[in-house]
Amino acid sequence: MSNNSNLQLTVEGREKGKGGVVQKIIIYIVSITLSILSILPFWLMFVNATRSTPQIQSTAISFLPSTHLFDNIKILSSKNMFKPLKGFLNSFICAGGSTILAVYFSSLTAYAQVVYEWKLRNAFFSFIMAIMMLPGQLTLIGFLQMCYKLHLTDNLLMLIIPAIAAPSMVFFMKQYLHPALPIEIVHSARIDGAREFYIFNKIVLPIMKPAIATQAIFAFVGSWNNLFTPMVLINSTKKYTMPMMVSLLRADIYKTEYGSIYAGLTLTILPLILVYIFLSKYIVAGVALGSVKG
Amino acid sequence: MKRKKSYDYARFGYIFSIPFVLAWLVFQLYPILYTLLLGFTDLKGAGNTDFNIMWSEPFKNFITVLKNKSFKIAFGNTLIIWGLNFVPQILLALLIAAWFTNRRSTIKAQGIFKVLFYLPNIITQATVAMLFFQLSLYPKGVLNDLLLMLKIIKQPVDMQRIANVAKGFVIFIQTWMWYGYTAIVLISGVLGISPELFEAAEVDGANQWQTFFRVTIPSIKTMLLFTLVTSLIGGLNMFDIPKLFLNGGPNNATLTTSLYIYNKAFQGGYLYGEASAASMIMFFIIVFLSCIVFYLLRDKDEVELRRLVRKQEKEYKRKLKMSKM
Repeated sequence: MSNNSNLQLTVEGREKGKGGVVQKIIIYIVSITLSILSILPFWLMFVNATRSTPQIQSTAISFLPSTHLFDNIKILSSKNMFKPLKGFLNSFICAGGSTILAVYFSSLTAYAQVVYEWKLRNAFFSFIMAIMMLPGQLTLIGFLQMCYKLHLTDNLLMLIIPAIAAPSMVFFMKQYLHPALPIEIVHSARIDGAREFYIFNKIVLPIMKPAIATQAIFAFVGSWNNLFTPMVLINSTKKYTMPMMVSLLRADIYKTEYGSIYAGLTLTILPLILVYIFLSKYIVAGVALGSVKG
Repeated sequence: MKRKKSYDYARFGYIFSIPFVLAWLVFQLYPILYTLLLGFTDLKGAGNTDFNIMWSEPFKNFITVLKNKSFKIAFGNTLIIWGLNFVPQILLALLIAAWFTNRRSTIKAQGIFKVLFYLPNIITQATVAMLFFQLSLYPKGVLNDLLLMLKIIKQPVDMQRIANVAKGFVIFIQTWMWYGYTAIVLISGVLGISPELFEAAEVDGANQWQTFFRVTIPSIKTMLLFTLVTSLIGGLNMFDIPKLFLNGGPNNATLTTSLYIYNKAFQGGYLYGEASAASMIMFFIIVFLSCIVFYLLRDKDEVELRRLVRKQEKEYKRKLKMSKM
């Protein structure tokens, strides 16, 4: 007993002692510094987006916004090259379409894993895990050649349909569904005469909502940010996605329009920042969840 | 009356897996095999689809790539950039994980810190690369102005022209983008460790460092290895940042293998054959690495269970045969 209270004392002593306070201060200083480092580049970008090019040329760095944001955007659009709305729309179509396909078919595949007893089930799951890390980026030449033959290059559909096969999402969905779905629900629905496909759509999908939401966010952001695939497949400017629009800001006509370039960059990430402000809690929780088990 | 044999539900297992399998065969397996095939051909020219397999020297492309000086530089750069970003990234993430999961002192506002640490990861890499290009401009750039203001330099420096500085930028951006992600993953790993382990360490009088190195690290060993391998696979695919920051320059200092492949296949000569060979070399390196991930991810208990079941089945069948004889 006395031993125990002694321990209690030392623990408390450590916590309240000088060392603990100093450590805490260090932790807060480092954390705040890192936080500032996360925001600073984007803040500098935003500030310069509101400053005119002459202002930037006299002093490039400023921490306070000016009033030229709309002038900069006007210059940007007057050159008829960088079109953020077009890019936004194309990216939205691609990211939205591929997210819906990926989420739906991954859930379906995971459902097949969890509910049915079929001979190849375990083999198929091992296969899914085996192909999870295969990099699509490195086989894009074969993919492009296939698109040439099918006359489907420069077509946003080719950025959407392949999302049906998303191995890592199937893996995640299965991990979620396995404990979350009481098999009795499926049984009783069958007794009520429901068909298998109906059970999946009307009963199982709603149960999977939390997992679907998390995975949908990551699929959407991943597709939205993808540069390599659209850069290879798309060549007409009117089908450019947002990250490709960014690369247009490198063009010579914008070279000296510093303010406009910053304004353009701001426009490309504005949707993401807004999404992040509202969903950050879920996104961070999703990152922790997706870490698979250690 | 004999009960009606239960409806055969097993077929739905197959039916519901068909879309995934079909999409995978068409959009992933076929491109893999086709890229592999193209590696043995002389295919080149924008939009060209006619090729000849080089029967006389089938491995010509592979040999050309492996001997190519730019490819060697690109491969070296990719490893250097990955390695120099991974070390600070994992150290910082471990430190944050240790701090944020400390049982003796709770850190307030952890949620906000995590959200901010993760922020750079969610922003379009293309935009981040372009932003850092703009910030590091010469002679009038934000970073030059900042360094002048802080009196760290006396004259503006053309950072984009100095090879090591340019490489340093890419390394910094990668670290900056990924440490938050790794930290969140590790925090959730540490929180998953059984609290009893920590209590036992506390009772034994272990100090913070001892607890960290003797309890925490060994408990998340698999997770650390998993992080290492997946980060390496990601690093070997690095493209967006080096492409839009300085497009591989100056003097190939930020040229990565993915950028090399892109330039070979989609610029200048459109050497699809050679680029396919380079792709496949990288592909097989990554396949090898993902075998490690696969091994780490497999459910050890389940594997053991399945092995036992199979053994029992065999035993049972053998006994059945024996009894029939």
